[in-house]
Amino acid sequence: MQIFICPFCGPRDEREFHFEREAGKIRPDTTKLVSDIGWSDYLNEQRNTKGAVREVWSHLPCHELFVMERNSLTMDVIYSTSRRGPVT
Amino acid sequence: MFQRYSAFSLFQQGLRSHRGWTSAWRTPLPKSTYDVIIIGGGGHGLATAYYLARNHGITNVAVIEKNWLGGGNTGRNTTVVRSNYFYPESVDLYELSVKLYEKLSRDINFNVMFSQRGMIVTAHSEPEMEMAARQVNAMRINGTDAELLDEAQFRKKVPIFNFRPDARFPVHGAILQKRGGTARHDAVAWAYARAADSAGVDIIQNCEVEDFIVENGKCVGVNTKLGEIRAGAVGVAAAGHSSDLLQKVDITLPLNSYTLQAFVSEPLKPVIDTVVYCPLTGAYVSQSDKGGLVIGGGLDRVPSYGQRGNLPMQEAVMSGLIEMVPLLSKVKLLRQWGGTVDVSPDSSPILGPTGMEGLYLNCGWGTGGFKAIPAGGYLFASILATGGHHDISKPFDLGRFITGKLIDEAAGAGIAH
Repeated sequence: MQIFICPFCGPRDEREFHFEREAGKIRPDTTKLVSDIGWSDYLNEQRNTKGAVREVWSHLPCHELFVMERNSLTMDVIYSTSRRGPVT
Repeated sequence: MFQRYSAFSLFQQGLRSHRGWTSAWRTPLPKSTYDVIIIGGGGHGLATAYYLARNHGITNVAVIEKNWLGGGNTGRNTTVVRSNYFYPESVDLYELSVKLYEKLSRDINFNVMFSQRGMIVTAHSEPEMEMAARQVNAMRINGTDAELLDEAQFRKKVPIFNFRPDARFPVHGAILQKRGGTARHDAVAWAYARAADSAGVDIIQNCEVEDFIVENGKCVGVNTKLGEIRAGAVGVAAAGHSSDLLQKVDITLPLNSYTLQAFVSEPLKPVIDTVVYCPLTGAYVSQSDKGGLVIGGGLDRVPSYGQRGNLPMQEAVMSGLIEMVPLLSKVKLLRQWGGTVDVSPDSSPILGPTGMEGLYLNCGWGTGGFKAIPAGGYLFASILATGGHHDISKPFDLGRFITGKLIDEAAGAGIAH
């Protein structure tokens, strides 16, 4: 099994984690009119990068949401950052 | 150099110790200009080249492949062919494929070993049987074949299934599509390659596309390891690598690339003569002509370009298989592998223009691209030849993600693909 790092619990088995989405996507500002393309970009478009990626994952047992940096080609896990506090 | 294959030519070659066979296709160097370039020498790319020549008379075509022919998902799938979908748009598409498969070996003089041994999806409760009846009705209304089997009929078709009283998922019945089945995956790629090559198409292997040539907002060719190649139209049939390629021209696609694994066991005496999929375990199995059990399941849950699988999914698929057919528990696996599949939000493919003039897409087949090779090629050839949609490909345009007119087969058919 691959080991992922939960910022709260530490290194754990990959089966305890759930991929949420790519990091850095901003929900459209719904106080203004959002175009169809604007919604589609947010909901459907994916960078789907081959190589270094930043993604939002959750650790199911403790519900921690965090940003994981890893490599989608080599599957190397590089770093996990807690989302508690500002994340860009 | 085109040799016609037949029982007679096989006999004749047998008398000469099979020394007279020639290469099935050429290994040309790329020309500087083509009418159409297709990126990706898998089943879809090669079929597209063949149908461009056969249906549209366009033979000044190059298929550019970064590795070897059919070495991606075409050579990594579980060879299942079926059209058991829920929505009319999907049935039209996959039914075209099954119909083309039915005639393929004869049409292009290459035995692709298409065996219509039936595709069975099990149902495990009375509510599931009602949903199965709904699925059967939808398939029949949409114009393909489907039958609802009760438990006794299913038991007769698949006697090795788990009918024990303590089964975790007792079987109540199943959906059978008789015209579904399997084909020899490599043969499909080779058959299309040979037929396209004999029509004049250049198949260029080991030639990675490095960049697109864009002039005045129009795609006019590609830069490759073997230099610049120009074309009137460029078609991308690169499956899991589509996002990575199109990112070179700043086009983002609604795709996630995941690993899908498959497994083959040691060869056994015949134990199953159909394809069985159990939605509850997520595993499915058929038996190849060599006797190996061909086993598949769901996606690895980690987005990946790794072309190798992770252990949790191997465990899930194997335990699913053992639950379905406990007597296989002592069987040993011979091989395991993974392919990079391109999954769209509605689990349906994307066919058509990219928004950039001269650049077209055939992707998003997710875990079910193999069954769609003839239809994907047929429709993509039509799109590349005319610059517009075929009636069957129109619903699968990229624009559906903006209009919201999705074809959500993951929800509709409830079948992993």
